[in-house]
Amino acid sequence: MSILVLAEHHNGQLSDGTAHVVAAATAIGGNVDVLVAGESVQGVAETAATLEGVSRVRVADAAVYAHQLAEPIGDLLVRLADDYTHVLTAASTGGKNALPRLAALKGVNQISEILEVVSADTFKRPIYAGNAIATVQSDDPLKVITVRTTAFDAVARQGSASVEAIESEVTNAVSRFVDEALAQSDRPELGGARIIVSGGRGMGNGENFKLLEGIADKLGAAVGASRAAVDAGFVPNDMQVGQTGKIVAPDLYIAVGISGAIQHLAGMKDSKVIVAINKDDEAPIFQIADYGLVGDLFEILPALEQKL
Amino acid sequence: MKVLVAVKRVIDYNVKIRVKPDHSDVDLTNVKMAMNPFCEIAVEEAVRLKEKGVATEVVAVTVGPKAAQEQLRTALALGADRAIHVETEEVVESLAVAKLLEGVVNEEKPDLVILGKQAIDTDNNQTGQMLAALTGMGQGTFASEIVVEDGEIRVTREIDGGHQTVALKLPAVVTTDLRLNEPRYAKLPDIMKAKKKPLESRTPEALGVAVPAGLKRLKVETPAERKGGVKVGSVDELVDKLKNEAKVL
Repeated sequence: MSILVLAEHHNGQLSDGTAHVVAAATAIGGNVDVLVAGESVQGVAETAATLEGVSRVRVADAAVYAHQLAEPIGDLLVRLADDYTHVLTAASTGGKNALPRLAALKGVNQISEILEVVSADTFKRPIYAGNAIATVQSDDPLKVITVRTTAFDAVARQGSASVEAIESEVTNAVSRFVDEALAQSDRPELGGARIIVSGGRGMGNGENFKLLEGIADKLGAAVGASRAAVDAGFVPNDMQVGQTGKIVAPDLYIAVGISGAIQHLAGMKDSKVIVAINKDDEAPIFQIADYGLVGDLFEILPALEQKL
Repeated sequence: MKVLVAVKRVIDYNVKIRVKPDHSDVDLTNVKMAMNPFCEIAVEEAVRLKEKGVATEVVAVTVGPKAAQEQLRTALALGADRAIHVETEEVVESLAVAKLLEGVVNEEKPDLVILGKQAIDTDNNQTGQMLAALTGMGQGTFASEIVVEDGEIRVTREIDGGHQTVALKLPAVVTTDLRLNEPRYAKLPDIMKAKKKPLESRTPEALGVAVPAGLKRLKVETPAERKGGVKVGSVDELVDKLKNEAKVL
């Protein structure tokens, strides 16, 4: 088995998700290489080389890979894929964007968002918004896989892989980067946070999210939101937790003013401990919450912040 | 320009699914089916492009069993001009669908193909990207805004951490995110009119596409049930439980 992991990175930093994908690769077994593609990514490559279990980091450093547009990354992967039996990446927006191109160009099926490695060709993955788990087997010569990062523990940073440059460069005549607007936040990233405090429609407006931020600051937590809160314009959409937003699995998930639609549960029901704060004691969220508190969030939240 | 929009028939998103006792699949007998929500957004966007005078023709396409023609009629009632049904009785997943859509693209030569970003049954999030790769088109996935100008399309994409805008040469493939638009409801007169709109059937053979085998589904099971816990009476009790019982604070 020979496995290639496509690394994710932003602003010269390796994304935390990559260490989880390497863990999934290690579970398959065999030789694990990491590919870092981008512009001015030597630092990212050096960080990737410290991930335990990685034997070699391959670096494609060129302007065409800047912003990691799917078309050139897909073409690069196609050129490298013949050396590998498996190509893996995180089921992030970046991974979901690029990897199916590799699968299609090699004429193989992609296995999306695996939760578990059963064997080198058999994997478990969620379907129907996580309401069923399918065990699937691939007979394809190349396994193209995205990994649900919250389902695998990150590998340690104590490796020392070699770093090699890839000279081969592709061209991209069909797409062009225009601009990017990223939400600014000092809090931990939603995907990797140990504690998440999330608000729903019950928050009433965007201003009231400050009540959650006070608690998040005391706990070192990230702030999330339900789709209802995002659609109502309370908060930006990158805070959305759910089937169509981010999938999270923190130690503690505090759902405030969230009813618990299946779409939202799909994104957080693997959290270790779930707390629900809601004034409606019939809300579905209470059916999965370990601790429920029925009451007015505008009274509960300030009291909670004070107690922490 | 001509817009091709792909739709899928799936279980209605409000239905609580049941896994078959033999663990072969999810039970779909006598279950309410509907158009995939992301596909509804794709149809809406195509129709809006026509209303703005950007698109001249909107062609809806689906791949699936005979019953999927119901979803094509829905697309026609929402404003598509005509429909193509690629008939397959077997269950097909993303790679096969992308290859069949490639066959339709080769025949229809659309300037823009719009798909949903994912189907809510398989949750694959692959078909649009695969179609773009097979046809050599650029892709604008997870679109929350699109603007067609000067022979290219600008797509604002929802990415982890915010938004990104890319410009794609036409023809291109776009997949829709939930925030792209709010789909309209079909009115009764439009539903009646849709019955008279052309709906053409095609087979994989007629498209010259060899349908590739999919992944083997060995087992489908219900995820471990999460049990509800306790209700606490006060903030003090909650903090105490989190500290001393759950030990997460």
